[in-house]
Amino acid sequence: MSLIDTLARLEAVGSGRAQPLATVRHRHLSARPLVFVPLTTAGEAGAPLGALVGTDRDAPRLLVVPQPRDRDLRFTFLAELADVILPYIDSYATEVEAAERTETDPETGKRVKVETELCADAPQLIVPSRAGLAFVRLLGRSMRFRRTAEQDPEAPYPAPPRVPLLGRWLTHYGERSRVPGSALLLALTDVLSRHWASGQSGLEDQHLGALLAWLDPPAGSSGAEAARAAELDRDPAGQLRCPPAGPATDPAFDNKLLAPAIERYDRARTALAAAEDPLEADDRLAALTRAEREIRELIESQARPTWDAVWRGLDLLRALPEGGRAEERWVRDRWSFTGHRDRVLAGEPPQPRRDDAVTAANKLATREREQARLEAQEALDDPLVMAGRRLAGEAFAGEVIEVVMAYSEGRRPSPRPLVTVRTDDRPRPAERAKVYRSLGGRPQSAEFVEQAAEDVVVLRILDKMGRGKEPEPGSVPEKGDRVCFTLFEHEQRGGAKLPEPEETPWTHGGPPDEAVAEAADPITEEDVL
Amino acid sequence: MTTVDVDPGAAAARATDAILRDTLAATERGVVVDSPPGAGKSTLVVRAALELADAGRPLMVVAQTNAQVDDLVLRLAEKNPELPVGRLHSSDAEAYDKALDELPQVRTSAKAADLAGLPVVLSTAAKWAHVKVDEPWRHAIVDEAYQMRSDSLLAVAGLFERALFVGDPGQLDPFAIVGSEQWAGLSYDPSVSAVTTLLAHNPGLPQHRLPVSWRLPASAAPLVSDAFYPYTPFRSGTGPGDRRLAFAVPSDGSGPDRVIDEAAATGWGLLELPARHTPRTDPEAVRAVAAVVRRLLDRGGAAVSERSPDPAPLTAARIAVGTAHRDQAAAVRSALADLGVFEVTVDTANRLQGREYDITVVLHPLSGRPDATAFHLETGRLCVLASRHRHACIVVCREGVSDLLDDYPSTEPVQLGTLVKFPDGWEANHAVLAHLAEHRVRWRP
Repeated sequence: MSLIDTLARLEAVGSGRAQPLATVRHRHLSARPLVFVPLTTAGEAGAPLGALVGTDRDAPRLLVVPQPRDRDLRFTFLAELADVILPYIDSYATEVEAAERTETDPETGKRVKVETELCADAPQLIVPSRAGLAFVRLLGRSMRFRRTAEQDPEAPYPAPPRVPLLGRWLTHYGERSRVPGSALLLALTDVLSRHWASGQSGLEDQHLGALLAWLDPPAGSSGAEAARAAELDRDPAGQLRCPPAGPATDPAFDNKLLAPAIERYDRARTALAAAEDPLEADDRLAALTRAEREIRELIESQARPTWDAVWRGLDLLRALPEGGRAEERWVRDRWSFTGHRDRVLAGEPPQPRRDDAVTAANKLATREREQARLEAQEALDDPLVMAGRRLAGEAFAGEVIEVVMAYSEGRRPSPRPLVTVRTDDRPRPAERAKVYRSLGGRPQSAEFVEQAAEDVVVLRILDKMGRGKEPEPGSVPEKGDRVCFTLFEHEQRGGAKLPEPEETPWTHGGPPDEAVAEAADPITEEDVL
Repeated sequence: MTTVDVDPGAAAARATDAILRDTLAATERGVVVDSPPGAGKSTLVVRAALELADAGRPLMVVAQTNAQVDDLVLRLAEKNPELPVGRLHSSDAEAYDKALDELPQVRTSAKAADLAGLPVVLSTAAKWAHVKVDEPWRHAIVDEAYQMRSDSLLAVAGLFERALFVGDPGQLDPFAIVGSEQWAGLSYDPSVSAVTTLLAHNPGLPQHRLPVSWRLPASAAPLVSDAFYPYTPFRSGTGPGDRRLAFAVPSDGSGPDRVIDEAAATGWGLLELPARHTPRTDPEAVRAVAAVVRRLLDRGGAAVSERSPDPAPLTAARIAVGTAHRDQAAAVRSALADLGVFEVTVDTANRLQGREYDITVVLHPLSGRPDATAFHLETGRLCVLASRHRHACIVVCREGVSDLLDDYPSTEPVQLGTLVKFPDGWEANHAVLAHLAEHRVRWRP
C-alpha cells in the first residue's frame, strides 16, 4: 500500500468516515449495467443456489434452484439465466460504427489498415465482490463445455443450447476482468475501494455491507460502528441483518432456514411422485409449490439487501465525474466485446480449457502493459492520484523559475532548452534520467540535468518542440508556469511479437497437438447427484 | 563425495571441461549450468563463446540487461582481441557502453542484418525478441537464465538450434507485475523462470554445476551453501586464512566500530538495534547503515587476498550497501551524502545481482517490519544480499526478526503442479539469522 493510501486510511479511522482516494471516477460505468448477485450452495462448488439479475434496480429477476443438487433444476436455472443475460448482450451486438484496425497482411507481411466495425457500446456486468468474479469464471467454465442434445443425443442431462453460449460469454468476461483497467465485468467492492479508503483492512473491504457503511454511515453513527453492525448484527432469530454479498451464504442461514426448507421441498416432491390419484396429486402439487415459494422467499431475503447495496454503490460512483482517459480504456473493452462477438458469430469453438504457451505469454504481456498504462493514466487524470505519486518520489510539481535557451550539437542544432523548476517535492531521479510531462495530452520528455539546490531541479527539454530551430510557441514552459513532471512513462510501448502457437519452440514443448475441437465435458460419477 | 579433498581449482576445471564437452558435442539441444554466487559464470560464458566461435559455429548470446551484455563484450574483447564481435542494441540514445566504440573488432548496430555473418553477436533478450531470421543460429548462450522469464525465452527460442543456459538458481526469481495464478502449474507458465520451463519440457538435458565459489570467502561459502543451496552444495576457492581485513584506526568502542571489528575477524557482523516497528525507511536503521559505511572508510581498511599479497586499500568502490526496496536505497544514499560519502554503491537486491564487492552492508529485509510478506521472505533476495562480498558482510537489523518469522509461517497458497522451491524463505531466513546471532553487536544509537 502506498504512503498516501495509508494516510487516507488513518484519516478514515480518525474521522469515522471513508476518505477519497480519487477525485474522478477511473472506471467507465455503463448507463444500463446488468447487475448480477449470485448465491451458491455451501459445500457444493459450482452448484448455484439462486441469483438476482437484471438492469432495472426496482425489478430484479429472481432465479432460484430449490434443490441445488438436482441437475435438471440446475439446468433450468442456467437456461433462465441465459434468457436474461444473452438478450442483454445481444442488444449491444447489433449497433456498430465503422472503425479501422491494423492487421498484418498475410501475403506481404506488412501492417495495413483494415476497415472493420466496432460495437458502439458494450454490455457491462456488475457483481458485488471479488468472490463474485470468481463465481462468474466458475460458471463460465462449468457451462461452456456442456453437452447439448445436438452434440450428443444419447447422453443424459443434455443442456439447453443457450447454456454453453452463456458459458462462453461469462468466460470472456471473466478473462477480460483480469486485464487491469478493464470495465466489462466489475466487482463493486474493488471499484469502491479504488476510489475511497475505509478505516478497515483490505480484506474487510471485500464485505460490501461493511464497506458501504464506511462510505455512507447512517446518521449519528461512525463508519466503524456501522461497519461492525453490518458484519455482526443479528436479529432475535439469529440471522444476520446484513447478509453477506455472496456468493457464499451465512452458515446460520444455511442451517436454520435453508436446509429445513430444502428438506420440506424434497419431501413434498417425493410425496408428489408417490401420489396415486389425481386428487391426491393436486394437493401434493400445491404443497410442493408452497415449499418452492418458501425457498424463493428465503433466497430473495438474502440476495435483495446485496442487490440494493450494489445500486447504492453505483450511485456513489456515478456522483464522481468520469476520468479523462477512462473512455479510452472503455473503447478497448468495446474492441474486446466486438472481437468475441465475431468469434461467436464465426462459429469458432469455445475457449480452450487451458491456454497454450503462446496465448498465456500474450495475455501476461497485455496485462502487464495495461497495468503500467493504467497507473500512468490514473495519475494524469487525477491530481489526488498524482499527489500520491509525488509523495512517493515518482513525480514532482513546481514552478518554473528560469528558462535558458540551448541547442543540441550537430549539423542541424535543435532546441534543447534548460528549464529550472522549484519544487517542494522530493523526486529522486538518477543522473540523465528521463522525466515526462503531459503537453496537450501527449507526453513531452525531458532529461534530468542536476539538482541545483535542495528544492531546485534543472531539466533539459528534449522533444515535441517542432522541426524548426526555434521551438513552437507553447511547447516550452515559461517562467512562472506551474509544471508537473513524472519519472514514469505516460505511454507503453508494444512488446515484441511472439511466434504463432503452431511455431511454439522446443523449449516450450513444441507446437501443440493438431487442433482438435475440445470435446464436451465427459460424464463422471459425480455428475449424477 | 570424493571431491572434498581435491584442490578447488582442479574441481572447477573438471566441471568446466565437462560443460564445454557437452556444449561442443551438441548431442542435446540444450545444456544447463547452475552456478552459485561468484563461481566464475561469466568466465565460463566467455570461454564457451570463444570455443564455439573457434569451432566455426555462428553464436548468439542472450543476456538480460544492457550492462550484462556490455560486460560480456568487453570480456570477450579482452580475451581475444582478434575475434569480430557484434553488439546488437536498441535504438534508444546511449543504448550501450561507449567504451565499445573504441574496440575496432566490435561492430555495433540496432539492426540484426548489419551484424550478419559475424561469429558472435550479443544482445539483450528484449532486443533479440524483435529479431526475425530465416536461418536460425547454430548455437546460443543464454546468460542469467534463471532471471529470464519463460515468456521471454519463448520470444527468442526460435532464433537458435541449441543453447547453453547458464545462471544462478539461488538468486531472485523473475516476477510479473500482475497476477499469474491462472497459469500456475502449467509447464509453460509465462511467469516462471526460463530454466523451469525448459527442464519441464526437456527433462533429459544434461545439467552441470560449478562447484567452487571464487568470490565468497571461507567464512561465507558454507553458510550460503547450506542456507540457500542445501541439495547442491559448493565450497569456497580460498581457505580460512587466505583473506584478511585489517584497519589502521582502532575501534572507538561504538556499535559501528565493534561490528566492523567482528566482521573483519569472522566475515560476518550483525548490528542489532532495539526492537521496534518502523516505516520502511526506518531513519535509525538507515543512519546506522550510513554510520557503518562512514567508519569503514575512515578507519583505513586494508584487504589481503589471494589476488594481491600486498594489502589493498578498502576504497568506496569496494563497498556496497544492499536493501530490499528502492526507497530504502534512496534514503541510505541521502544519509550517506549527509556524511559526505558519495562513491559507495547503494542498491536493491535486484540490481546488485551479479556484482561483487569486498564488504557489503545490508539492511535486513525484515528489519522493523510488523509482517513477513512473500516479497520480504523471498529466498533469492536474502541470498543475493548475503553473497556479494569477498571479505565480510555486515547486516543491520532490528531485534525481533526471529519472533516475526515464528509469528508468520509461510502462508502462500499451494498450487497444484508447481515445483516447490527448497529451501523456502522462512527456513533460509532462520538459518542465516541463527548464524548471524553468533556475530551480534547490540547497539542503541
